[in-house]
Amino acid sequence: MAALTIATGTGNWFSALALGVTLLKCLLIPTYHSTDFEVHRNWLAITHSLPISQWYYEATSEWTLDYPPFFAWFEYILSHVAKYFDQEMLNVHNLNYSSSRTLLFQRFSVIFMDVLFVYAVRECCKCIDGKKVGKELTEKPKFILSVLLLWNFGLLIVDHIHFQYNGFLFGLMLLSIARLFQKRHMEGAFLFAVLLHFKHIYLYVAPAYGVYLLRSYCFTANKPDGSIRWKSFSFVRVISLGLVVFLVSALSLGPFLALPSIFCLWFKPQGPRGFLRCLTLCALSSFMFGWHVHEKAILLAILPMSLLSVGKAGDASIFLILTTTGHYSLFPLLFTAPELPIKILLMLLFTIYSISSLKTLFRKEKPLFNWMETFYLLGLGPLEVCCEFVFPFTSWKVKYPFIPLLLTSVYCAVGITYAWFKLYVSVLIDSAIGKTKKQ
Amino acid sequence: MEKWYLMTVVVLIGLTVRWTVSLNSYSGAGKPPMFGDYEAQRHWQEITFNLPVKQWAKFINPDWIALHTSRGYESQAHKLFMRTTVLIADLLIYIPAVVLYCCCLKEISTKKKIANALCILLYPGLILIDYGHFQYNSVSLGFALWGVLGISCDCDLLGSLAFCLAINYKQMELYHALPFFCFLLGKCFKKGLKGKGFVLLVKLACIVVASFVLCWLPFFTEREQTLQVLRRLFPVDRGLFEDKVANIWCSFNVFLKIKDILPRHIQLIMSFCSTFLSLLPACIKLILQPSSKGFKFTLVSCALSFFLFSFQVHEKSILLVSLPVCLVLSEIPFMSTWFLLVSTFSMLPLLLKDELLMPSVVTTMAFFIACVTSFSIFEKTSEEELQLKSFSISVRKYLPCFTFLSRIIQYLFLISVITMVLLTLMTVTLDPPQKLPDLFSVLVCFVSCLNFLFFLVYFNIIIMWDSKSGRNQKKIS
Repeated sequence: MAALTIATGTGNWFSALALGVTLLKCLLIPTYHSTDFEVHRNWLAITHSLPISQWYYEATSEWTLDYPPFFAWFEYILSHVAKYFDQEMLNVHNLNYSSSRTLLFQRFSVIFMDVLFVYAVRECCKCIDGKKVGKELTEKPKFILSVLLLWNFGLLIVDHIHFQYNGFLFGLMLLSIARLFQKRHMEGAFLFAVLLHFKHIYLYVAPAYGVYLLRSYCFTANKPDGSIRWKSFSFVRVISLGLVVFLVSALSLGPFLALPSIFCLWFKPQGPRGFLRCLTLCALSSFMFGWHVHEKAILLAILPMSLLSVGKAGDASIFLILTTTGHYSLFPLLFTAPELPIKILLMLLFTIYSISSLKTLFRKEKPLFNWMETFYLLGLGPLEVCCEFVFPFTSWKVKYPFIPLLLTSVYCAVGITYAWFKLYVSVLIDSAIGKTKKQ
Repeated sequence: MEKWYLMTVVVLIGLTVRWTVSLNSYSGAGKPPMFGDYEAQRHWQEITFNLPVKQWAKFINPDWIALHTSRGYESQAHKLFMRTTVLIADLLIYIPAVVLYCCCLKEISTKKKIANALCILLYPGLILIDYGHFQYNSVSLGFALWGVLGISCDCDLLGSLAFCLAINYKQMELYHALPFFCFLLGKCFKKGLKGKGFVLLVKLACIVVASFVLCWLPFFTEREQTLQVLRRLFPVDRGLFEDKVANIWCSFNVFLKIKDILPRHIQLIMSFCSTFLSLLPACIKLILQPSSKGFKFTLVSCALSFFLFSFQVHEKSILLVSLPVCLVLSEIPFMSTWFLLVSTFSMLPLLLKDELLMPSVVTTMAFFIACVTSFSIFEKTSEEELQLKSFSISVRKYLPCFTFLSRIIQYLFLISVITMVLLTLMTVTLDPPQKLPDLFSVLVCFVSCLNFLFFLVYFNIIIMWDSKSGRNQKKIS
């Protein structure tokens, strides 16, 4: 029995959380999936059937390969497992082929790759210092962070219903962040470079990485007041970093609007926490002002911010507003009737848990929301009822079918802009406080 | 209660799992002309909506073909409607009862109460049958649970009313009727038949009669109609058992074809006698020493006796035993978890027929993990934790070397689980030999039956050896 106890990991709450959410993902296998399913099937077919030279030219299907080469190699490796499930899916001409075995294979591949995400969350939990609030397990920041990341609503519905492979990609990103926290800078940089070659959307946060690594790693020491000590510049470090990260550049428009925060990161580095805030800000700025942004890109800001939320009450407040509105903005992705209860139940699950657990964690400090913020968040309920339950039965549905989407977008934009603004202000104020403290 | 938000999260998890299971296939999907339970429920909606009450019991009439044009109706929208009705019924009746029951448990921490609720709500058997196969068991089980709650909290009248509603919803609840009767009778005796006890007895009798009359009133117009309803409810003509079920008769039939050898009335008498002989000791004890704990354990043993020995038992009837076992999860977590796993396994042939393999495996694993993490069940296998201490002490008076009971039970558990996993793998991957096409179903039923017999003995031991001195040390809960 002792062996069985150890084997089942009795008392190991992290394994239970990870296994639990994995089982939930298995239950989501028969749900609706979007055209992204066909996109990935097509990429499996292309990488399996054609020579490398043809991969980026093949255009039988409208869903051409538009991710960087590492992702193509990933699909190639997957295709060698796929052939044991259903050979037919690897035929480039089998457009929209979705036999039950294909579905099973694709869904399982996403679930399996999430193991990297689970590992990354575990590493992140090691990096946050636990507040000595209470001995209760459910009140420990590690526990709350694990739930917020492993059971993240957005990731669940985008990856395991809509169908995408964001799980392991965010795993790579969180792992690189964890390595930077653990002062293993080279590994962090390497992991981020690898990530960029899987999905280029992560370029949005590249400036944060570039500046932080240059400032805090290449300059090995600071002057007493925290400003840069030029003599401590290490050529060895720069070159080695350069060798590892050669694609760190600010191509897209968005990150330019995060420039002041990047300057703060250079002139007043606050260590890994400051880097994380800057990264979140880069992601959020590019979401708000970038070109051809998908609604799923909000996850790029939400997931790293989870790490900050269990540290300070102020961050928790911003995180909750960002997350709740960000997750709600994903609702239009799932528009089929059978999935309606799932998205509402999972959203309620995550929102109630995140708000209550963070409120309990920071109960000794001032309340997380003021009346205005509370009112705004509560307004999401009536908005959902109006858009999905009342509107379809009104006469406007025929004449103005876009109204629910319009209302959702506008309402969420208010919340996300407000969160962005608050985060920006807090980053600037914190660095100013840092300056006065040192003086 | 504090940590109300965790209880809400638990309920939301329960609801999410239920709905995702309902996305799968249902009983008889795409299989004309009989279809399955799903079509049965749709058909009953068709009758009750279209026909006057007088004719509800006489619907098989070839003249009414017109009504039957909707037979076998299957569409996505309709499936959504049917699944939603199950969820709403669950949400209104069963789930609140479970939450309230867990909140009212005494002498355990809030965290344990919430964990208890999670485990009960994750019990795979009920989820798979109601949301997969398609039935409305949560209504009758929910009402029965309200009944248990009422009676345990000394609201005897409301509890009885709730239980009468349960019986009138589904006659299978009669499996629970004897323990209710014995417990209430015992309470009346305790209060003294010459005073308060008699008053209580009269009040209870009135409530029961009144609720039955109210439910059956529309069918009392003609004697023939009442008889017809009774004939439908208790189909003794259908034989000792149908299909494969994990009870004594079906298992016995493997070696000796009693169904064919013995005449019908002998089968009835045999079944009746064995059922009542096996449940009598526990019921008599409940009358003489009524207690809430004894009541719950008697519910288990009584329902199990009926399941194992009664007439025309269906494999789904194991849910009637599972509900009381869920209620004692916090007292004997190890044995309860084991039983609940076996009960789900016993329905494997049915679940495979409905193409519910994936949800079955997933929900069973989720339930197992929840129980292991919440109760640390493998650390609770000592004699005292298994409530077998008084029993072993008694045995040790004659056999001083009887110290290995705990060990034996642990090994039995391992053997049981390994057998269940192996049989599941075999049923899914292999084809049965041509001469024995039902080999795997029969093996599943046989193995489950052996497990159930063991549990019958175990629960009866707990009830009979539940000594007064042991109970007086804690408050009577």
